[in-house]
Amino acid sequence: MAAMLQSLGVTSASVTSNKFTAFSINSLPVIRSESRTVSVAINGTRKAGKVTTKAVAAQAENPTSAASKPGHELLLFEALREGLEEEMDRDPRVCVFGEDVGHYGGSYKVTKGLADKYGDLRVLDTPIAENSFTGMAVGAAMTGLRPIVEGMNMGFLLLAFNQISDNCGMLHYTSGGQFTIPTVIRGPGGVGRQLGAEHSQRLESYFQSIPGIQMVACSTPYNAKGLMKAAIRSENPVVLFEHVLLYNLKERIPDEEYVLSLEEAEMVRPGEHVTILTYSRMRYHVMQAAKTLVNKGYDPEVIDIRSLKPFDLYTIGNSVKKTHRVLIVEECMRTGGIGASLTASINENFHDYLDAPIVCLSSQDVPTPYAGTLEEWTVVQPAQIVTAVEQLCKQ
Amino acid sequence: MACSATAKILQPLSIRSAEKSESCGKMLSPSSFLGSTPLPKKLFSVNKTISPLARRSATIVAVSSDVVKEKKLKSTQNLLITKEEGLVLYEDMYLGRAFEDMCAQMYYRGKMFGFVHLYNGQEAVSTGFIKLLKKEDCVVSTYRDHVHALSKGVPARQVMSELFGKNTGCCRGQGGSMHMFSKEHNVLGGFAFIGEGIPVATGAAFTSKYKREVFKEDCDEVTLAFFGDGTCNNGQFFECLNMAALWKLPIVFVVENNLWAIGMSHLRSTSDPQIWKKGPAFGMPGVHVDGMDVLKVREVAKEAVSRARRGEGPTLVECETYRFRGHSLADPDELRDPAEKAHYATRDPITALKKYVIENKLASEAELKAIEKKIDEEIEEAVEFADESPVPERSQLLENVFADPKGFGIGPDGKYRCEDPKFTQGTAQV
Repeated sequence: MAAMLQSLGVTSASVTSNKFTAFSINSLPVIRSESRTVSVAINGTRKAGKVTTKAVAAQAENPTSAASKPGHELLLFEALREGLEEEMDRDPRVCVFGEDVGHYGGSYKVTKGLADKYGDLRVLDTPIAENSFTGMAVGAAMTGLRPIVEGMNMGFLLLAFNQISDNCGMLHYTSGGQFTIPTVIRGPGGVGRQLGAEHSQRLESYFQSIPGIQMVACSTPYNAKGLMKAAIRSENPVVLFEHVLLYNLKERIPDEEYVLSLEEAEMVRPGEHVTILTYSRMRYHVMQAAKTLVNKGYDPEVIDIRSLKPFDLYTIGNSVKKTHRVLIVEECMRTGGIGASLTASINENFHDYLDAPIVCLSSQDVPTPYAGTLEEWTVVQPAQIVTAVEQLCKQ
Repeated sequence: MACSATAKILQPLSIRSAEKSESCGKMLSPSSFLGSTPLPKKLFSVNKTISPLARRSATIVAVSSDVVKEKKLKSTQNLLITKEEGLVLYEDMYLGRAFEDMCAQMYYRGKMFGFVHLYNGQEAVSTGFIKLLKKEDCVVSTYRDHVHALSKGVPARQVMSELFGKNTGCCRGQGGSMHMFSKEHNVLGGFAFIGEGIPVATGAAFTSKYKREVFKEDCDEVTLAFFGDGTCNNGQFFECLNMAALWKLPIVFVVENNLWAIGMSHLRSTSDPQIWKKGPAFGMPGVHVDGMDVLKVREVAKEAVSRARRGEGPTLVECETYRFRGHSLADPDELRDPAEKAHYATRDPITALKKYVIENKLASEAELKAIEKKIDEEIEEAVEFADESPVPERSQLLENVFADPKGFGIGPDGKYRCEDPKFTQGTAQV
């Protein structure tokens, strides 16, 4: 599948370069695991071998043969909207709650036009009461609807922590399995362009301990639409992390319907020397670093873990077994972040395969400063990634 | 006032005093929903007389800001309930009381643990409201939820079994005292944090409206949210009052004001202790009712529930009630004034109903005794059932964490972790 990633404004706030060159298919084959529907039997059976072989296949797909249809180009926020619209068409129980999702069209335009099409009740403009409207979504989900809660900024969902943790995560268990909570909680997070500390939060580290929820992070229009659809169809509560700076990424996605798996990681670039695990916006910093590394003679394997909870230990494990070196690049804080959990998980499961300690590059444990230069230094930059790989490969 | 013994007609609702709130003189109609059925734009008016009540010094019979109309009963024969209704109410209240008393016994015998909050004294509220509901209507409660579940129809044996932590409990032993759920009877919990359940109730009411307006079904299900006086100072309470009134959701907010939040007196924690007044501030009627009198509660409940069914929106009902026991079985209950406890003990709702039923010749003492005996046996049987039920097996540990167990992820071997036999055995580490 040809993937032209033309990312606008994804780079760090560097004053010199503010435009990404598009990745051509030849240097960056994108392998996607085969889409599978989520409506498999509850006991978790799945068609053996269908997905896994594809997920770790190292061959580059021939763009001309892979493209069955030309597909259509769109931006990431449009891909999210397309996924959302398709699901709302398919199932009248799907509805959206959030601030300014209706008439305003969503602060990042993800729900633009949907209120006109589906009405004010299915795309509900809520008052500014995160805890309560998230709880409302839980109550609606328990009584038969499938609500999607939009946090205008992920950080605002901290106000909804009570409902997300106690009710979304736990009610299925405390009710003895009687009630399901098929909600999707989504919103933009991450460090943007000088948005200030409170609008630049990464909540994945706070939510990861909540039992009973799944967390996924999208990074391309293709996986954004696929994950949105999968999250809506899932019977579990899912938190979908989007990133403020990735909404304008452009990509060509298939015309035909597809749903991705919530639990699988995405092989972005197969390689031999080192496994780089990343997600969300850091994927692009990693790919930028990868270009430099390739020029220097390294062959990094880049995996977008996508599923932040649970981790896809199969894809990750196979990679570790191949390269024996792991670098984690994340935008989360250093302390208690996704990288910390991932490090623990890999050490636990694949310790024997490691030739060197796992290196984890995370954001500084600092409230994101407003000043552009300071902000740049709080997140991981491509140069740091290059240095880290070089050091890792020396050992 | 308890049900009067004299020939005086029982008038549960005297619209004596209510304060007009300027902000709600005219009902603001929320923006119309596309596709919504046009609802009568009824402007509700509020009585103009100002209440000088600053404290709970006066015995308030019932005060309503609006809608609930005064009942003019014509003759002494025109009672509020029929015999059948009276017996149903009596049975339900007695069930609640007997069950809670048995819980206390079992707790002190070491059959149940943790935090157990008993409902003794407040039965009139649960019975008065829930006995008016259909099976499809939803009830949301707090940690003091045993009796709400029983009134809604959850069998006593399932509730007792849940308290004992057995796998035959309504939540398979996974919820406990504070988390009574029943899909069959539409009991949506059971919440440990106060205020947590109110948005859930608001969501259930939203589903009812959604079914009517999006699915075009003939749905008039209502939701009742029960919570206490302490919760009325919590943000979620106010946020939900706003949303429910804004969207005219079919919900009734029932405040069980028993004056105490563990050891914190309502008067010490609340700037304006009259909770019913907070309803009109959000655009819904606020009603105060004597929560120790099941008939009065029932009359108010009828009006509030039918208001919600008609699509006219929410109501805030403050029930003045009292818990005869401490906050929980771990609470020594030393802070409350014995005189206060004695006063409310004379207003025991079960005794009051019994008196009413007998004096108005609705039933005989013997019939009531027969009901009591039946309930006592039912409770004994529930305890036996719970005792004999098995404790949950280890295999149950990981079973209901996710509705779709694929959520545990993919293991190093490529298979979904839930396919690992250790999952069904409950020994896997997640």
